[in-house]
Amino acid sequence: MIRLESLSYRYAETPTTVLRQISLTIPKGQLVGVVGPSGAGKTTLAQVMSGFIPHVFGGEVTGAVTVAGRSVRNTPLPLLVSDIGLVSQNPFNQLSGAKFSVAEELAFGLENLGVPRGEMVSRVDETLRRLRIAHLAERSPYQLSGGQQQLVAIGSMMVMRPGVLVLDEPTSQLDPAGSGLVFDALGELRERGVTVVLIEHKLEQLAEVADRILALVDGELRMDGPPSTVLAADELADWGIGRTRFTAAAVAAATHWPCGRPLPVTLAEAAAGFAEGAP
Amino acid sequence: MSIRVEGLHFGYPDGVTALCGVDLVVESGERIAIIGENGAGKTTLVRHFNGIMKPTSGRVLVNGVDTATREVSQLAREVGYVFQNPHEQLFARTVRAEVEFGPRNLGYPAGRRRRLVDWALEATRLTAHSDAHPYELSLAERKRVAIASVLAMDTPIVVLDEPTTGQDCAGVNDVGSILAQLRDSGRTVVGVTHDMDFCAENFDRVVVMARGRIVADGPTAEIFRDDAVLAEAAVEAPSMTRLTRRLGWNRSAITVEELVSRLDHRERGPSDHPHGQ
Repeated sequence: MIRLESLSYRYAETPTTVLRQISLTIPKGQLVGVVGPSGAGKTTLAQVMSGFIPHVFGGEVTGAVTVAGRSVRNTPLPLLVSDIGLVSQNPFNQLSGAKFSVAEELAFGLENLGVPRGEMVSRVDETLRRLRIAHLAERSPYQLSGGQQQLVAIGSMMVMRPGVLVLDEPTSQLDPAGSGLVFDALGELRERGVTVVLIEHKLEQLAEVADRILALVDGELRMDGPPSTVLAADELADWGIGRTRFTAAAVAAATHWPCGRPLPVTLAEAAAGFAEGAP
Repeated sequence: MSIRVEGLHFGYPDGVTALCGVDLVVESGERIAIIGENGAGKTTLVRHFNGIMKPTSGRVLVNGVDTATREVSQLAREVGYVFQNPHEQLFARTVRAEVEFGPRNLGYPAGRRRRLVDWALEATRLTAHSDAHPYELSLAERKRVAIASVLAMDTPIVVLDEPTTGQDCAGVNDVGSILAQLRDSGRTVVGVTHDMDFCAENFDRVVVMARGRIVADGPTAEIFRDDAVLAEAAVEAPSMTRLTRRLGWNRSAITVEELVSRLDHRERGPSDHPHGQ
């Protein structure tokens, strides 16, 4: 569970407020997508939810942040990271720097937590298989492509089995098969009760997997609701978030879309509407 | 200005073979996309176009000249290459200095240099960031700096490796307009992309790679209608292709624009008869 109460944030020594008066509650096991134009504060929000703000980046936080029952401000980072995973935008920055194979990299966090060896090996193997990177197990993480490094970064958090997983554009460098795999894996984690917060520009994929969408613009939470409402909203285009191709198609082909039917955000919704609208 | 690839093989020193016999001709003024899964050899192939990589065997000819006989610095006049990861490309202290480095290096006179740099910054919406250090910018903005610094070199061939990575909606639209401008000014454009919707909307021809080979090459619409090819390359069809297939159209659409125009003209396929799927 994640709860933000009137959260505002600005970086040290800058006048600009990056996040303004954000209040929201994310129940356990919800998969929440975060959309917004570049510079809206999405990455900052991810760092707040995972405790990297204020513990690593400093700055001025007002309001309260509670994650998994702990006040983020009053809990030391090592305690927080045992239950909250953050997959950052640039996977390269996330590599430990201490390990020279992908399998060791995945085991790194578990070693630090003192997880018994047998358990560690089985979790690492499962994660390697789940993300289809078993063939990379013995490779150096530094010699992988950007997409492969992204899978390793995601794996290194999944293997920890955190109760809350926050991911900042985790599939930006992945091919369609790789990003499909990641979206499927996140859906499964949600089924197991993991709370997932996913910052993502790929609206079509987000619409398929998210329970709820937060639209962040200029540091403000402008909209919060199910994908079918938020992603179909007119304002999204004005805010520079854009819309799914399915929504765009129904808008552009308005005369072929059944009168009064809500705009689609997924393939299934678009197919149903256009089938009904067909003469 | 054309690119001709003949029997190209490339093996890395560690023994991994990245390209196993690639033949490809890109004619002057074409806009082609190269798609395929991670590790298919896309980046390795395009890095041969500006000579950063040289064939293990086979030849790459840029405007008839074998790249093996040219230095990267000589080819830089013909082929601009935007790296997938801007970290590999950026080094100057300000955005403007970064973008100006290429045209200065190529010896363009000051007036032309200024016009090119101004245009490149404008096209990538970076004018307001001219004096910023590239590392003060977000990853998405740095990628646009990388694009701007190649645009400013005014090369007849422009190669963009994953130009839309991490871009928001406005950033993706910017890249689309840049591609249109490059086409209108007669440039040859080669793009590597994982975004199939973007590919359908912006490229006329698609080359599909899998396991170091080209497995299909043709007009964009034909490629995206070929399930067997898409499956072999592990890529998903564009959103509109999946939608019109679901609707049972005989000939699927690939873009929103095409879908709307065909709905307006009641044209679903040769027989206008859904076969259902």
